[in-house]
Amino acid sequence: MSVVEVAPSTELAIDAARLAPGFGDPVHDAQATFRAVLDAMAHPGRLVELPARLAAPAPLGEAAIAVVLTLCDVETPLWLDPGLAPSADYLRFHCGVPLTSPDLAHFALIGDPHAMPPLDAFALGSDEYPDRSTTLIIEVEQLQAGRGMILSGPGIADTARLAVSSFPERFWAERQLLAELFPRGLDVILTCGSLLAALPRTTRVAA
Amino acid sequence: MTSLEAATRQRWLAVLARARLSELESAWDSLAEKPAYSLLRPTETGLAMVRGRVGGTGQPFNLGEMTMTRAAVQLRQEGGKAVSGFAHVAGRQARRAELVAVFDALLQVSDRHDAIAERVIAPLAARQSADKAAFARKIAASKVEFFTVVRGS
Repeated sequence: MSVVEVAPSTELAIDAARLAPGFGDPVHDAQATFRAVLDAMAHPGRLVELPARLAAPAPLGEAAIAVVLTLCDVETPLWLDPGLAPSADYLRFHCGVPLTSPDLAHFALIGDPHAMPPLDAFALGSDEYPDRSTTLIIEVEQLQAGRGMILSGPGIADTARLAVSSFPERFWAERQLLAELFPRGLDVILTCGSLLAALPRTTRVAA
Repeated sequence: MTSLEAATRQRWLAVLARARLSELESAWDSLAEKPAYSLLRPTETGLAMVRGRVGGTGQPFNLGEMTMTRAAVQLRQEGGKAVSGFAHVAGRQARRAELVAVFDALLQVSDRHDAIAERVIAPLAARQSADKAAFARKIAASKVEFFTVVRGS
């Protein structure tokens, strides 16, 4: 347990009526979710089912919430899509995560991919510390493996296919431009309900 | 929450946090209508850093860590509005923290506040202040007055 934080002003006070329970078994559920994220990151394009059960507060899916509960804490500033403001109290209560701007965020949680800022608005890391980049967690309408875009790169034996429905075209163009900056770049976790898939910066995407 | 409401809540939480487990259990047993509640997060025991200031005004320093248990519960009411109760108690009694949190939530429900403030909080506060007074008397009885005879001048 961390030291209990005391909200310094009433503006930061959490609206307790909005809270909902988080992981039923925080330690084991977070470990299982971490393993699922690791699996997804190691095999880009693979769909991984969330191993823990969670009643996610609307509008986010349980996989997106579980990833944030697992990876974020008081030391990892999070940027929340303005549309997700109702989830802020829930996340601050359960993981004590501070909210910040896209360029300072270690993680960004995005509920509406069409309204997200351009990719270069996020932290891309530096050549010395490429890990100091923002990891994007994006909730999408539908995720399907085995068809759609062709993925290749580390972690993929030959090619993998992943279909992401209703996703902005500009994302892929912007991601393509970031590839030149390697090792700087952005890692992306796509979530849909209880499913998640990862697109690390090393994965090449072709239509 | 206004500062007045916050002060009122701090008072009842202070009384509840000092109550013994047996007192809380008997208060819970005597409730005519026991509310259904769920845990917002599992009740857990950990350490909290206690900070102090010499004389109440000096630089703050870390006095040491103490064991404490925290609980967060939520009551679902008929109207659908949720009420959350929180507790931080010294020690490792999870049940005690949970009961404190449940009473904190109940005290925020306007139809139940008065009955609980009267039947639970008032007796506990009376017992605690009586204990404190008895202890103060016992200490006062052992008080030694020192007199110095001033010599010369």
